[in-house]
Amino acid sequence: MIGIAASLPVIPTFGGAPSSYACERANRLFCSGWISQNWSTVLWPALRQHVLLSLVAVAIGFAISFVLALLAYRWHRLERPVILVSGILYTLPSLALFEILVTVKPLGLSARTAEVALVSYTLLILFRNIVTGLRAVPDDVKEAARGMGMTERQCLWRVEIPLALPSIIAGLRIATVTVIALATVAAYICDEGLGVPIFAAIQDGVFKTELIAAGGLAVVLAIVADGLLVLVQRALTPWARGRRLGAAR
Amino acid sequence: MHTLIQALQFIGHNGALPSDPAAPTLVHLTLQMLAISAAGIAISLVVGLPLGLWLGHLHRFSFLAINVSNIGRALPSLAVLAIGDAILGLGLTVTEVALVILAAPIAMTNAYVGIAGVDPEIVDAARGMGMGGWRILWQVELPLAIPLVFAGLRTAAVYVIATATIASLAGYNGGLGYIISDEQSYHQSGVLGASICVAALALLVEGLLALLQRALTPRGVRLERDVDDEGIEAILPVTIGG
Repeated sequence: MIGIAASLPVIPTFGGAPSSYACERANRLFCSGWISQNWSTVLWPALRQHVLLSLVAVAIGFAISFVLALLAYRWHRLERPVILVSGILYTLPSLALFEILVTVKPLGLSARTAEVALVSYTLLILFRNIVTGLRAVPDDVKEAARGMGMTERQCLWRVEIPLALPSIIAGLRIATVTVIALATVAAYICDEGLGVPIFAAIQDGVFKTELIAAGGLAVVLAIVADGLLVLVQRALTPWARGRRLGAAR
Repeated sequence: MHTLIQALQFIGHNGALPSDPAAPTLVHLTLQMLAISAAGIAISLVVGLPLGLWLGHLHRFSFLAINVSNIGRALPSLAVLAIGDAILGLGLTVTEVALVILAAPIAMTNAYVGIAGVDPEIVDAARGMGMGGWRILWQVELPLAIPLVFAGLRTAAVYVIATATIASLAGYNGGLGYIISDEQSYHQSGVLGASICVAALALLVEGLLALLQRALTPRGVRLERDVDDEGIEAILPVTIGG
């Protein structure tokens, strides 16, 4: 059970193993000895789980949003209801949504529940950005493509989607960063990811080093993932290089 | 399904109006959460809005103004709360600091984008009519930027309520999160009941702010920018450049 006791006595041994570092016993802000000792048993597995949790959520979220966006691109009428539903999902506070989903029969306290919640947070962002990107493709470009003899499908895959890539990847960046941030909370229901050491540290009487290490890893992971997606965008849209695609409005 | 019924019963049994502060009801806890969140949003607006409006008016520091909210988004609220716990100790202060760290950049970026995005010809016209900087900002730029400023406010509000709930996991015993984090005492039905209250609170606040936005937006702007009604997307187009 990861419940927080009302009173939190500071116990001189943290992180399970008997303390062998003075800085750990004193609960200083940062104890590098503890980190190197627990890296391979605590932090690294949590980081790996966190990456997997986030990656799966973004991938599934992208697949769903992409299909919905293509449908809404063709049939405008679909856009409002999709935005409404995904908007409501996006508005629900993460902890509340996790706990609500836990009570749904086939889900329970599992990583699956966490994934469902994380996916639901990506939908609004991804759907919106994909549709906006597709809508922003100039009509004369599409006409030129059709004039060159492309079918509607060819035009979509070879012209419209590539031109929408900056907007699509902008959405992916926000979705990825959001999911990485929210996945820490997922540990409350499924014991996976960087939230695990964070909760453990809070339970151990606010063990500072572990809090800062795990919290810091989550932030660094988000920043690295964001940077990687920028590189992906650069690689996929060579024509945009050297041209500033500033604020769209 | 059974749990859901129990949860609704839990809300029914404990939903009475607060009479005795020593025995908090769900209404009491919800109001407490609203108060924590409102304080967080208020401080964020006091910090973020003037800065965003001013920088937007000057068209300065756009890179900083836009990217600060992306960094804010990358900060997991649980991690911010956890690191805050480590530095400041558990409690309400840490919660409020975390709320402001997460919400102020959103308010600032949207205010910046809203003001900086006002058509320069309109600003020129206003200047030609003899308006000074303050009057242009107050009477021309701000009304035109209302949809984006409000989009920021709404996103910030949603973030703040979600984070205020999570604060209970980081040791703050207040608001509805207090029930959510104590399944041993309140059982699954109580946790679900409190979660439903949190979700309802978030949706209600978001809906009320949407109505307020509609009421405050000048009619001409409303017609032109109807697409902007949905909230968070205001930040999306901006990140394309980053």
